[in-house]
Amino acid sequence: MIDFSSQPVQLLSLGGERIPACEFDPWVEDLDGPALLALYRDMVVVRRIDTEATALQRQGELGLWPPLLGQEAAQVGSARSLRSDDFIFPSYRENAVAYCRGVNLTDIVKVWRGNAQSGWDPYTVNMATPAIIIGAQTLHATGWALGAQRDEVDSVAITYFGDGATSQGDVNEAMVFAASFQAPVVFFCQNNQWAISEPVGVQAHRNIADRAPGFGIPSLRIDGNDVIAVMAATRIALDRARTGGGPTFIEAVTYRMGPHTTADDPTRYRDPAELAEWKTRDPLLRLHRLLTTLGEITPDSEAATQALADDAAAELRAGCIGMPDPEPLSVFDHVYVTPNATLERQRTDYAGYLTSFGGAGQSGLEQNGKA
Amino acid sequence: MTMTTLMTPATVSTVPGLTAPTPTPLSETKTLTMGKAINEGLRQAMLDDPKVVLLGEDIGALGGVFRVTSDLLAQFGARRVIDTPLAESAIIGTAVGLAYRGYRPVCEIQFDGFIFPGFDQIVSQVAKFHYRTQGAVRMPITIRVPFGGGIGAAEHHSESPEAYFTHTSGLRVIAVSNAQDAYSLIRQAIASDDPVLYFEPKRRYHVKGEVVPELGAPMDQAVVVCPGTDVTLLAYGALLSTARDAALAALDEGVSIEVIDLRSLSPVDYAVVEASVRKTGRLVVTHEAAQSGGLGGEIIATVTERCFSYLESAPVRVTGFDVPYPPAKLESHHLPDLDRILDGVDRVMGRR
Repeated sequence: MIDFSSQPVQLLSLGGERIPACEFDPWVEDLDGPALLALYRDMVVVRRIDTEATALQRQGELGLWPPLLGQEAAQVGSARSLRSDDFIFPSYRENAVAYCRGVNLTDIVKVWRGNAQSGWDPYTVNMATPAIIIGAQTLHATGWALGAQRDEVDSVAITYFGDGATSQGDVNEAMVFAASFQAPVVFFCQNNQWAISEPVGVQAHRNIADRAPGFGIPSLRIDGNDVIAVMAATRIALDRARTGGGPTFIEAVTYRMGPHTTADDPTRYRDPAELAEWKTRDPLLRLHRLLTTLGEITPDSEAATQALADDAAAELRAGCIGMPDPEPLSVFDHVYVTPNATLERQRTDYAGYLTSFGGAGQSGLEQNGKA
Repeated sequence: MTMTTLMTPATVSTVPGLTAPTPTPLSETKTLTMGKAINEGLRQAMLDDPKVVLLGEDIGALGGVFRVTSDLLAQFGARRVIDTPLAESAIIGTAVGLAYRGYRPVCEIQFDGFIFPGFDQIVSQVAKFHYRTQGAVRMPITIRVPFGGGIGAAEHHSESPEAYFTHTSGLRVIAVSNAQDAYSLIRQAIASDDPVLYFEPKRRYHVKGEVVPELGAPMDQAVVVCPGTDVTLLAYGALLSTARDAALAALDEGVSIEVIDLRSLSPVDYAVVEASVRKTGRLVVTHEAAQSGGLGGEIIATVTERCFSYLESAPVRVTGFDVPYPPAKLESHHLPDLDRILDGVDRVMGRR
């Protein structure tokens, strides 16, 4: 029997009312009106970025885009709980986390335009670039945490992954290692109900959060569309890790409102009624209701929020379209740190081949590149 | 390649009941087994750089199933000599995270046939991170792998998986054949800012040799271990010793074999190989690994491309067969030995 009966922790109702919970409230008592408005603005901006990127893909400017529509609270709430010296190991959908981390918007889409295998230097923002192999990054986070432990600092690693990833050996091995060494790592699972076309019931016959205690890792199951609950849970987990309490597993129960990627067609496998039901649980909607009650929503504040979103979209579009194609011979760059005679020979041969088309060695490939 | 500055070691034993010896690093020429030579190389690397940490199964109190990490736990403590849970993907994957944080991890894979659970992390992560991040993230990870057969072992304990890794760009692959190289190249591998697969021929662990505490020639150089004029014989790992024996035996029949220890399987040092083939005009490559898709085929193709007009005869491969590694009672039929190598030499000499 699939048992999904236990309700996730919720601190903000669908109607926008704060739900008190004594063990969580102390962790979010600093979230006053302006702080909540800032979170709301993040969520509006990342949704706008997401919409714009999807449009860019439809217009042929991006090869692919993995939308996060519906997961804004899970990503913004957790990312805004981190310290700058904490290190993030994401999957490929954490575009809101990257935004919160200050990653340049153009750099976020560089991968999806096909210009590079990653868009930014991880060390400048303490966030690794997208990991495509499902769950592999959870081990990297655990290893990084082992390093932090050895360095005797209280920085924490957080790793993002989905419900599908919890079936991967790497995620399970990461939990074994993290528990064994009490590594300061937070496992942040966004259970968005779908792994491409497979519903979460294919991955798990119980709540995903129930697994972690079997590894000796405490877990929290929270409403992932409730930014306040997400923040409380993440702060609890971070504090535990910083103070030597080891790893924590968070299952943020959310919903992938869009397709897996722009190449996917969820109408082939998903009941429209399910989508309609989840629309009522929209993470932005309920926060907007709370902010209205708090008096933070005014025509001016709405206009300012809209301007932020529009500016982000314009910056993303301009940066994406203006991105120069990589130089042909850069295909050989950075395979190794140290010189490699075999590769050098291939580079030299290919440079000669390009030159054989005449010109300065670029013209031949420019034609190829346009082909 | 960067060698880091000499650091004072932290000699802490965290294991009750283990008496910490007071080992001093190798400072003069000594006769050591190959296993002990690797141990001394690891010790020196750990003394040189506090960021060097070891990860693996049974590498702590036991000192590894082959005792290669003996006494290192007692000397360096459990924070640097890490007995891991039994999960190869996690051994490699956490090493990636440690490298991300500036560490220089050395992973021990207990046996060649156990590397495959870690294959994805090696191929998809370790090998690609530097390229993926356009040089921002380095993976100075050494992966030690006891490899090869000839010890009468059970299944999965005698394999030669090196070609899977030489086929993967982003990795450096070396195989050592003697105690001196074992010592020098483990230090070079650990100091390398590129990831290195370091293959140790397990049936040679107990063979002794003189070891000078020096780094020696760069690890990507092949070495002519026995000069000759008629046939170039390429070998690496355990078969190097067999190849030397073949050179001696052939001399009795008037055939002069030049034996080359490849040492680096990726990249291959074609400068040394080509120079030899241009001189001898004949090439035999031997390895324990299966023939199809193996290193021998790749090397012969490259040498043929570059030295075609120098070749007197078609190059020959003397390798393991395209079979799963056979049971112990059959392995002598699978592994290249002296006679099969000499048979290969006869073929390039046109004697049969």
